[in-house]
Amino acid sequence: MPSLRDVLNKINSVKKTKQITKAMNMVASAKLRNAQNRIERFRPYADKFYDMLGDLAKGADASVHPLLEVRETIKATCIVLITSDRGLCGSFNYSLIAMALSLAKKLAAEGKTVKFICVGKKARDAVRKSPYEALSNHADIMNSFDFGLASKLGQEVISGYLDGTFDEVQMVFGQFMSVAKQLSTTKAILPLSSAGEEDAVASGPTTEYIYEPSVEGLLAELLPRFINVQLYRGLLDTSASEHAARMRAMDNATRACDDMVGALTLAYNKARQSTITRELMDIVGGAEALKG
Amino acid sequence: MADKEIKLEVVTPDKMVLSQTVEYVGCPGVAGEFGVLPNHIPFLSALGIGNLHYKKAGKTFYVFVAGGFAEVGPDRLTVLAEVAEKAEDIDIERARKAEDRARKRLEQQNDNVDFARARVALQRAITRMSAMNAAKSTGTA
Repeated sequence: MPSLRDVLNKINSVKKTKQITKAMNMVASAKLRNAQNRIERFRPYADKFYDMLGDLAKGADASVHPLLEVRETIKATCIVLITSDRGLCGSFNYSLIAMALSLAKKLAAEGKTVKFICVGKKARDAVRKSPYEALSNHADIMNSFDFGLASKLGQEVISGYLDGTFDEVQMVFGQFMSVAKQLSTTKAILPLSSAGEEDAVASGPTTEYIYEPSVEGLLAELLPRFINVQLYRGLLDTSASEHAARMRAMDNATRACDDMVGALTLAYNKARQSTITRELMDIVGGAEALKG
Repeated sequence: MADKEIKLEVVTPDKMVLSQTVEYVGCPGVAGEFGVLPNHIPFLSALGIGNLHYKKAGKTFYVFVAGGFAEVGPDRLTVLAEVAEKAEDIDIERARKAEDRARKRLEQQNDNVDFARARVALQRAITRMSAMNAAKSTGTA
């Protein structure tokens, strides 16, 4: 039986924990709103980009560009794994990492070499412990990244692809469906034909454009940017998902704290009552003894 | 006037910089500057680093753009740029510092300097300032 003081201390410490989780919940929800706004603001750019690429793809022989070519033998795969920098967001990072590692395992079983590009501290730590090679790590950036980061990643991916370090690129990221739902998703980034064409060549009437410079020249400019756009979307989604997941985790934690405080208060009251009863018994017993 | 106007939109990954109906647009294409009036033939061009300017109600406005694409239709012009800043939003101090930095880097005789990048940075800084100056001289910034 814990003493009264112990129970009281415990209640206070749980209450303090609750304050923290509640504050983290509010911070996460503010950050989530921010992240959602960024996704919203990015949408016009992405939409226009798809339109433009679609127009261009119709007028061009798309097979001319090296990024579009599907290699016959795939010897090495690069997985771009995007996670958060910080924990305390439920199973969010865990499920992303599990997905990436099982993908890596599958590819390795097919005899391919697997290399990682890690974004976020959790991805870096997980890959470091795994048997796979990390080509580069980008940690401590999820709090303040911009399109520049996507461009940097894009450059890395493209140069690695072109010089044959790997023959295909997959991205594992947390797709943001809604505040209540986030999905760990794998998306093929390179070669492009499997990734973007069906998105890009969607509907719309054909217009005859004049191109400057040539169609091939424009494609050479547009395609690398298309990769950046996809990577940026992955980053934005993961960041929004992270905050949504943390919000929910902290909400659960706050509720668990409430339950615990309830249970502890009950235990405290019981203990106090039993102390009072015992003391009363002593007094009554003493009084009886004096009488006798 | 309805058929004498173009809908100009400038979009970056971070936001919609500009969405307006204008009378004329001059764009810094990679193969030289081109002007767009209403009823232009469909045209798709890559953009270099430069100043886009447009005319509206007799005034000329300037927008700095770096790398991107312009898609022209008969009644619209869409610019997708990685960086785009309206002249009045340009941070002149930052541009000046960037210019100094780039110049210093170009002067260094050492292998660690990425000259191509420094040169691009310098060009960006100078162009930003020229956008600012041009806008000032026409009284739109």
